[in-house]
Amino acid sequence: MAVLTHLEAIRQGIWEEMERDPSVFLLGEDIGAYGGAFKVTEGMLEKFGGDRVIDTPISESAIVGAATGAALMGMRPVVEMQFMDFIACGFDQIVNMAAKIHYRWGAAVPLVIRGPSGAGVHGGPFHSQSNEMWFVHTPGLKVVVPATPYDAKGLIKAAIRDDNPVIFYEHKFLYRRIKDEVPDGDYVVPIGKARVARAGTDISVITYGAMVWTALEAASQLEPEGISIEVVDLRSLLPYDEEAVLASVRRCNKVILLHEDTRIGGFAGELAATISEKAFQDLDGPILRVTAPDTPVPFSPPLEKYFLPNAQKVAEAARRLAAY
Amino acid sequence: MLTQVVMPQMGESVAEGTVTKWYKRVGDRVERDEPLFEISTDKVDAEIPSPAAGVLTKILVGENQTVEVNTVVAEIETEGSGAAAPGPEPAAAVAPAADTVSPPESPGSPAAARATEPASPPAPPPTPAPSRREVRSSPLVRRLAKEHNIDLALVPGTGLGGRVSKKDVLAYLAHSPGTSAPPPASAPLAAPSIPFSGPTQVVPMTPMRRQIAERMLLSRRTSAHVSTVFEVEMTRVSEVRAQQAAEFERRHALKLTYTPFFVRAAVEALKQFPILNSSVDGTNIVYKRAIHIGIAVALESGLIVPVIKGADEKNFLGIARAIHDLAERARTKRLGVEDVQDGTFTITNPGIFGSLFGTPIINQPQVAIMGVGAIEKRAVVRHDAIAIRPMVYLSLSFDHRVIDGAVADQFLARVKSVLENWEEAVL
Repeated sequence: MAVLTHLEAIRQGIWEEMERDPSVFLLGEDIGAYGGAFKVTEGMLEKFGGDRVIDTPISESAIVGAATGAALMGMRPVVEMQFMDFIACGFDQIVNMAAKIHYRWGAAVPLVIRGPSGAGVHGGPFHSQSNEMWFVHTPGLKVVVPATPYDAKGLIKAAIRDDNPVIFYEHKFLYRRIKDEVPDGDYVVPIGKARVARAGTDISVITYGAMVWTALEAASQLEPEGISIEVVDLRSLLPYDEEAVLASVRRCNKVILLHEDTRIGGFAGELAATISEKAFQDLDGPILRVTAPDTPVPFSPPLEKYFLPNAQKVAEAARRLAAY
Repeated sequence: MLTQVVMPQMGESVAEGTVTKWYKRVGDRVERDEPLFEISTDKVDAEIPSPAAGVLTKILVGENQTVEVNTVVAEIETEGSGAAAPGPEPAAAVAPAADTVSPPESPGSPAAARATEPASPPAPPPTPAPSRREVRSSPLVRRLAKEHNIDLALVPGTGLGGRVSKKDVLAYLAHSPGTSAPPPASAPLAAPSIPFSGPTQVVPMTPMRRQIAERMLLSRRTSAHVSTVFEVEMTRVSEVRAQQAAEFERRHALKLTYTPFFVRAAVEALKQFPILNSSVDGTNIVYKRAIHIGIAVALESGLIVPVIKGADEKNFLGIARAIHDLAERARTKRLGVEDVQDGTFTITNPGIFGSLFGTPIINQPQVAIMGVGAIEKRAVVRHDAIAIRPMVYLSLSFDHRVIDGAVADQFLARVKSVLENWEEAVL
């Protein structure tokens, strides 16, 4: 066991998959000699050579198109988006090509598109978005959002081995801030299985990605007040672990849905609908959402701080719900 | 089977309601929970749903008539009236205790056998349909209530605005294990949890009784109750009263009672010690700028506390008139919601019934209540001699969270001083 950062865990996962399977190769902007904007692919060019670690022109559409073609030919491309915001340039190739090929022809598209998302590092509106819902709303894709180094490694390996296109969100705020023990060697975290990050009895906070840490912080704040918070880390959004969500609702009977993404059309809305359809009689209070407001991510640090959900906002919602 | 429709209690202090509109006419079919009539109180206008499905056979209270809460306003002939078996009403099944008011008779006993008995037992009072007091809860709570056969109206709610939450239901279940299983339909209902072997009669509390019970316990839980007692000589007040009663009655058509003297004295003391005219809001003390004195009035069915609004701005006559008016309307059940709201201090009078003094429970959210004992002549020591004087004990229960004993006693001392040295003109 080694203590790895979130970023190192992802690198180790990709590295091991490249060693394990020669059909795995990397495509992206500045991922070779430079090692990637955030250094996820550092050292890979030297280790695996230019045929498997390919620097591309600045054209996300071309990158995804090329990778989709390679996947159809039996390769397992892993595409890096320098920032997940730039994925919009490759949108057509993802949603109209990669996502629909299996449905139309039965062919596998074992493609991974990964990259840094999320705010909190003063990146401004073009380098901070949480745009996972564009892809959650696209049948034919899988969408994965790990919160811990252990999960990041296990899930990137699962994504690379998956025969479907997988969009893999790495929260840039977690890259070097979160460290954890990660087992050496091979293990896989299955896509579509949530985990209970903290067990509790009064209120279930259902979340994913960096907000898992926010929820845990709020839970610690609330513990001395006698409010017991359960934190459910979804780990993947498409498919998501409906069973785990409903089980947690049935344990706690009160729910807060938390995400960094903006409010309207966010994943919380989907969860709220499902909970009220399938666990209405288990609810002891309204389903609350804690999310970013419906604006672009502000560049100004004070505004960005205001924009982002934090432990205090979660704790306030929890106190309100506990008293309900 | 006949179901009686009663005037529901719309709010804790509402004793009556006015039927403003009937949605159905006699002979009309009505579904359970379908709006049947509309009522109006000072606070709310509400549509009242039918407690049962059937045919409306009688309207006993016409439009624009005002009646007391629980008065039967209509009768509905429900389905299955051909079946003679006297079973409990479906609605009554949620409150098992209600069934025990039926007289002890076996369904099989022929009517003839009873007819030979010299005196038939008096008919039991008609079981009113359970009040449809709206209980704010949640889907989970309603499911739990159904599973455990609980009447949610009996569960004290601690959630937002008195909402019954999961916690409240679990606490209620923990304290009444007997309710967890629905009773078998035909088995005789035993007394809930009191192991008493002799005959008993179980009568469900009226809504007002339930409200009083909840309020009293709530107050005990909320305030740190302490009581203190002063003895006051009433010679001066008795003299004033003896001298002026006839003239007072002639001028104002009002009896000159002792009560306005106590109210005036309390108002004077409250002005000097405003903490007794406050309430507690979290960690804040809320001082009320007006003084509204509640006067506890005993009714046959319970207790009501009408309020003299702006008592600090009224002279003696104004207070005497307000007391007379409120007491009269309390006894004839014509008090409106606003008459019983916003009290800031309460005076209760256990002396009416001969009590020397009481230790009353504070009327929340107030912080103090004064009890007036019986006024009677007692032997007291004056100038080292035994004298006969009209005396009264005044007790004060106060909330020690915000009022310390010293302040409470200074307050009563002030009341005592005003009464013993009465100066104000009463005419």
